[in-house]
Amino acid sequence: MSTLPAVSPPRQEGRLRSLGDFYVTTMRTQIQAQFQYRAATYMYLLGMVAEPVIYLVVWSTIADQSGGTVGGLTAGQFAAYYIVWTLVRTMNIVFTPYGWEWRIREGELSGQLLRPLHPIHYDIAGFAGEKIPWLLYYLPIAVVLTLVFDPTFDVRPVEIVVFAVAIWGAYLIRTFNQSALGLVTFWTTRVGALFSLYIVLELLLAGRLVPLTLLPGWAQALSWLLPFRWTFYFPIETLVGDLSNAELVVGLGMQVLWTVVGIGIFSLVWRRAIRRYTAVGN
Amino acid sequence: MTTIRIALLHLRVGLMNDLQYRVNFALQVLQSLLAVATGLIVFSLVFSHTTELNGWTQSELLALLGVQAIMAGVIHSVIQPNMMRLTEDVRDGKLDHALTKPVDSQALVSVREVQLWQAVDIPIGAVLIGVALARIGGDIGVLDALAFAFALALGAVVLYCFWLVLATGSFWVVHMWFLPELFEGIFQTGRWPVGIYPDWLRFGITFLVPIAFAITVPAEAVTSRLDWQTLGFTALFTVGALAVSRWFWRFGLTRYTGASA
Repeated sequence: MSTLPAVSPPRQEGRLRSLGDFYVTTMRTQIQAQFQYRAATYMYLLGMVAEPVIYLVVWSTIADQSGGTVGGLTAGQFAAYYIVWTLVRTMNIVFTPYGWEWRIREGELSGQLLRPLHPIHYDIAGFAGEKIPWLLYYLPIAVVLTLVFDPTFDVRPVEIVVFAVAIWGAYLIRTFNQSALGLVTFWTTRVGALFSLYIVLELLLAGRLVPLTLLPGWAQALSWLLPFRWTFYFPIETLVGDLSNAELVVGLGMQVLWTVVGIGIFSLVWRRAIRRYTAVGN
Repeated sequence: MTTIRIALLHLRVGLMNDLQYRVNFALQVLQSLLAVATGLIVFSLVFSHTTELNGWTQSELLALLGVQAIMAGVIHSVIQPNMMRLTEDVRDGKLDHALTKPVDSQALVSVREVQLWQAVDIPIGAVLIGVALARIGGDIGVLDALAFAFALALGAVVLYCFWLVLATGSFWVVHMWFLPELFEGIFQTGRWPVGIYPDWLRFGITFLVPIAFAITVPAEAVTSRLDWQTLGFTALFTVGALAVSRWFWRFGLTRYTGASA
């Protein structure tokens, strides 16, 4: 690289434009691919919906038992929380460390390294494209859940706008965290145990199991220091909670911060990891 | 008799294969313990806001979690690997290898795979049940223990039948990669007593997806709240499930065309 002359501005512009083209094309391809396997994707989504429905039922039961509210939340607010949860979960699905494990162990990475773009671009664009059909699949699920569980919503227009941005922030943060975790496979060949630990932290500190306000005080404080909070709780709360404009801005800022940190960690590990990569054959 | 011998032989080969990878055992234990820890944390969160859930105390729910862990161990070590291999063989047209053997095809496709380390959930579940019983106090009679063992066995059979019906679907639907996700999602409902769910869902996870029979009933036996009618009905349901899943398997087989034919 150092032998090349400095890149002039027009070329840079060209590169950005072709990167943009690449993203649009990859997303479009992925959308069409996803629409082919409607039944399979739907079954997958139904399995995923079980998680929030279970917790919704458990907490509604407790709310009913203790005179209408738990930790200040009514059954209707729990319903709203977990219905939006489902949408956020659909939108923040990323390429998992298991995917990286397979890619590295099987030598699949060899072909991807030969391409002109960093492999992560293919992941980000591909999974982003999938979101559009998945959003359509989510709508009937949301209608059914709304009819069954009777949620209470109180949404301001600005909150919808922030939500639309925040789900993409959540997607990027999870992408870089989980990809960095996946790179560990360069050293260990297996990532399952480490990934399980990551998921436990996420379940508890992202508000994936229960709204964070139900956690003990120290755990809530801890959630402010880690990225997880901004991948579930914040996007959900923009629609369900009663956040002020200042809190909305802080949330988006934290998402930017953790995305940048994620990119930093990922590129650092990537540079060290790629030197270790060996593949047999092909 | 021959079928049992073949099953044991497959089991032995599977065990010998898995015993080669001993680090995987440690990793699997770690993952199972993490899952249990998550379950316990959720319980402590729930019971920091209430003293009982639908008539179940924390210790009784711990027993339920133990039963769910045991069932998870059985499913992940023998049932799911065989059934997923079945769906893959149907898709790739490799089922011929099983069909042309002179043994019952359903028996053969149900015993070909075993993943030993996944079974660590079984002793972990047993420990959870032990702790739960110690905390509940009270006496567990011989009859209760027998009823519990019987209910557990019935539960495993019922879950096998359900998986067989799902996997047989691969004769019609080519892509079945979503099966583990779908089953896992539904299976998680078993961590809570079936009584807390709204009627339509309770009906679903009792009769359509037999989670209630497989998990709540054994847990009821071990917490002394099972009556004999329920156990009898579970036995009848299990026999029915065996018959229906076998019929469906044979019906699905008529659709199989193979790859080279």
